[in-house]
Amino acid sequence: MSDDLMPPPESEVKPQSVIEAIALPTGGKQLTLWGDVWRKLKRDKRFYVAAFLIIIFVLMAVAPFLFLVKDPSVCPITDSALPMSKAHWFGTDILGCDYYTRVIYGARTSLEVGLIVSSLSIVIALTFGASAGYFGGWVDTVISRWADIWFSIPTILGALLVLTLFNGGGPVLVSLVIVMFAWPDMTRLVRSTVISGKSRGYVRAARTMGSRGRRILRRHVLPNGIAPVLVFAAYVVGSSVGAEAGLTFLGVGLRLPTISWGLQLAVADTRFPEDAYLMFWPSLFLCLLIGAFILLGESLRDAMDPKLFGGDV
Amino acid sequence: MSDPVLTVDDLHVEFRTEDGVVKAVDGVSYELGKGEILAVLGESGSGKTVHARAVLRILDMPPAYITGGRAMLGDVNLFDLDEADMREVRGARIAMLFQDPHTALDPVYTVGDQIIELLRLRRGISTREARAQALELLQWVGIPSPEGRLKAYPHQLSGGIAQRVMVAMAIALDPDVLLADEPTSSLDVTVQAQVLELLGSIVKRTEMSMVLITHNLAVAVGLADRIAVMYAGQLVELGPAKAVYGDPKHPYSAALLRSIPDIQRRDERLPAITGSPPNLLNAPDGCPFNPRCPYATDVCLTAMPPLEQVADDHLSACYHWDEVER
Amino acid sequence: MSDPQPLIRVDHVVKHFPLNDKVFGSSGVIHAVDDVSVELYPGEVLGLVGESGCGKSTLANLIMRLEEPTSGTIEYLGRDISTFEKDDLKTYRREVQMVFQDTFGSLDPRMTITDVLTEPFTIHRDVLPKDAWPDKVRALLKLVGLDPDHANRYPHEFSGGQRQRICIARALALDPKVLVCDEPVSALDVSVQAQVVNLLKDLRDEFGLSYVFVAHDLSVVRQIADRVAVMYLGQVQEIGEEEEVLLHPSHPYTQALVSALPTADAQGNVTGKRIVLSGDLPSPADPPSGCRFNTRCWMAQQKCVDEEPELIERGTGRPTKCHFVTPTVDAPASV
Repeated sequence: MSDDLMPPPESEVKPQSVIEAIALPTGGKQLTLWGDVWRKLKRDKRFYVAAFLIIIFVLMAVAPFLFLVKDPSVCPITDSALPMSKAHWFGTDILGCDYYTRVIYGARTSLEVGLIVSSLSIVIALTFGASAGYFGGWVDTVISRWADIWFSIPTILGALLVLTLFNGGGPVLVSLVIVMFAWPDMTRLVRSTVISGKSRGYVRAARTMGSRGRRILRRHVLPNGIAPVLVFAAYVVGSSVGAEAGLTFLGVGLRLPTISWGLQLAVADTRFPEDAYLMFWPSLFLCLLIGAFILLGESLRDAMDPKLFGGDV
Repeated sequence: MSDPVLTVDDLHVEFRTEDGVVKAVDGVSYELGKGEILAVLGESGSGKTVHARAVLRILDMPPAYITGGRAMLGDVNLFDLDEADMREVRGARIAMLFQDPHTALDPVYTVGDQIIELLRLRRGISTREARAQALELLQWVGIPSPEGRLKAYPHQLSGGIAQRVMVAMAIALDPDVLLADEPTSSLDVTVQAQVLELLGSIVKRTEMSMVLITHNLAVAVGLADRIAVMYAGQLVELGPAKAVYGDPKHPYSAALLRSIPDIQRRDERLPAITGSPPNLLNAPDGCPFNPRCPYATDVCLTAMPPLEQVADDHLSACYHWDEVER
Repeated sequence: MSDPQPLIRVDHVVKHFPLNDKVFGSSGVIHAVDDVSVELYPGEVLGLVGESGCGKSTLANLIMRLEEPTSGTIEYLGRDISTFEKDDLKTYRREVQMVFQDTFGSLDPRMTITDVLTEPFTIHRDVLPKDAWPDKVRALLKLVGLDPDHANRYPHEFSGGQRQRICIARALALDPKVLVCDEPVSALDVSVQAQVVNLLKDLRDEFGLSYVFVAHDLSVVRQIADRVAVMYLGQVQEIGEEEEVLLHPSHPYTQALVSALPTADAQGNVTGKRIVLSGDLPSPADPPSGCRFNTRCWMAQQKCVDEEPELIERGTGRPTKCHFVTPTVDAPASV
């Protein structure tokens, strides 16, 4: 038999879901849809990497003491800008604080921003995007045109302008400002998911039974359309963390005494390249955190086979 | 049979899934003569489509794997060819006609573009020559005003015309064998008749051989010389069309015949086949039809009956073939 | 004895869909249903047959009030359904249910069978108290021939025929009077079609239901319908008792449809003269003038282009929409 055709030995075979192969009754085996997603995730190396990193960062945020940090507010100015040593693993920053401690504490701020932006985006998207998609007509027109306006302003630029008016602020304010410009993305996604979900057979069936708009949205359309939203939410966490760091770096975001990687990078910039370690550590952590969420999004996307979620087979 | 054009010999195709291995085609063999039409009849899960795609090697591998057998086109085993050689063979010596023309034709190119590209690439001729040949082809398959059709996009064509275009593309390179996979199932009934007539006339005119995959027994018997009945990946009956239809020698064929609604009769209850097609992940031991078979005995549960000659040119895989009544 | 009142009366219903793209027809609308009047009587099965574009599915959607007619009325028990609000509408949605062609698509893949079968009771909350639901689910599954122990499985774990049974069970949950079946067996394997048709017949007998049975396969319709209406390009061409229409068709289109069925006798010889129609199905956006079938009819004459025939009785015992009705097939083998 030609080499192109030779089936690989059993151990090399990458299994696929039976539903993808042939649509046959599985006879006896109970399959749940999320169970299938979970099984696929468990086989994806990216998921493990992402989960590992995210868990570490979450621990940094909620229980920094686990990482053997010192007191972040102890900053003897005499210890300013010390290089990396056994006493100070990452050295000290220009104020004399232990840099390792400050970098670890930075995770909390970033995750806070990521969480606020993504949850708020989801709420807005599920409310307005679903309404626009399901009800159409003038509801859709109003919401979509409003979204277009905000969508046309680049997020960083717009946030920059707004934050300048406030002279920067805390994590909550910065998050809100980011959401102000970033919300149309997820809203549009939900809108298009709902529009395609509207025409599904089971929605028609529900209508013939007497079910009405909101109920159909809640029970049929949204649950079946949630998959791409979750994937996108993972990306949103990553990109909002990056946005905050960027805005803070530019001077309009967070301010001291908030501990933020963006602030650390701004300072490090002035001392580069002599004290390069000041730039290296926050950059590394930032990249790892953002990268972890992107990986999470990718593995979720691959695991959520559209066929399992009411998509077209 | 002397000099068969296509010989399928003990074909085995598996699907490897995380829930287990599905034997979609489990030892299918037949020969196809020159100018002959063989109907492969079966329902979902029978393996009729999978076997044809395996022969043409257009299955997705993974999850499908050809785990045994040969597909002899003349004296060349198609499974011995590497992909480059197989590409040469596809279309030129053995071609496939798909069920739904609107999914098989590319919606963003005109019909003309698609035919012309096919002819240019495979025959190495100029665009002008290809266009002329394309027109000829469309006329040949009975499409009126072909010049206009060349400029049409697939969605602008009716189902019947689109399927004729598909037929034209399938025979464009003069293949020896055509695998027609449910070619009329997505068409309206009045159009089905036209397309079937077209296929029959092509076979007569060119002596091309055809494997007609269908679930419609009446279509099969109207057009085919021989009928092969498949169930759960196995070939269970093979014989002359009229013999299989008029005097089936396998319980499944007989039951299938009886369950088909006939406009001439209105029964109180249609004699349906009880049960469902088997779950190929957990195929029953022995003959796969035994759970639903009115003639099943103990021997049917232990071993798959071999495909044996039961009458003139007529084979059946059943221990109780002589008891089967239509 | 007075005639029974029809359960559903479709009265000169027209449904036009606007066409955005002006490439196809001058009028800019799709004539999906054009002046159709039919009735469904209690306890009967009305077959609606025709090929693509004939409007039978649109008509089914109109009866289910999934769409509103452009003009004309649909009455249920003598009242115009488009006037139904709140309670009346809820009642209508209980008493008239639908069974769809796509067994996979009409079940929410994220719901178990139990969820699917109890959903009607969550919409119509006063029909059955919650503690009675588990028993009802088991009863419904048994009614359609499925194992009640499978109630916690998901739709994709069942075969096509089993899924259709689930859909039928769902349609029966609220004790309807009418089932509108839109190609209920077309997507199923042939051997399974027979099972589902038998089931529908049994249920009709047991519960005294009435069906609107939309299908394109005349042999299937023959098994279950009492009366049959044949549609072409949005209009009813012929309507009458099933045996008469299907075995002795008067309208040339019906004759062509019946003859196109691939049939063979017991010896495997192809029987019957097959009428092969010329030409293509005209676009519903630009139907032919006069009799819409004139572009493909072998008997067509100038009158057919100039004048649209009425759907009236013409000597064959049932309304036929053709100027030249003959009770026997009078066509050459191919045109």
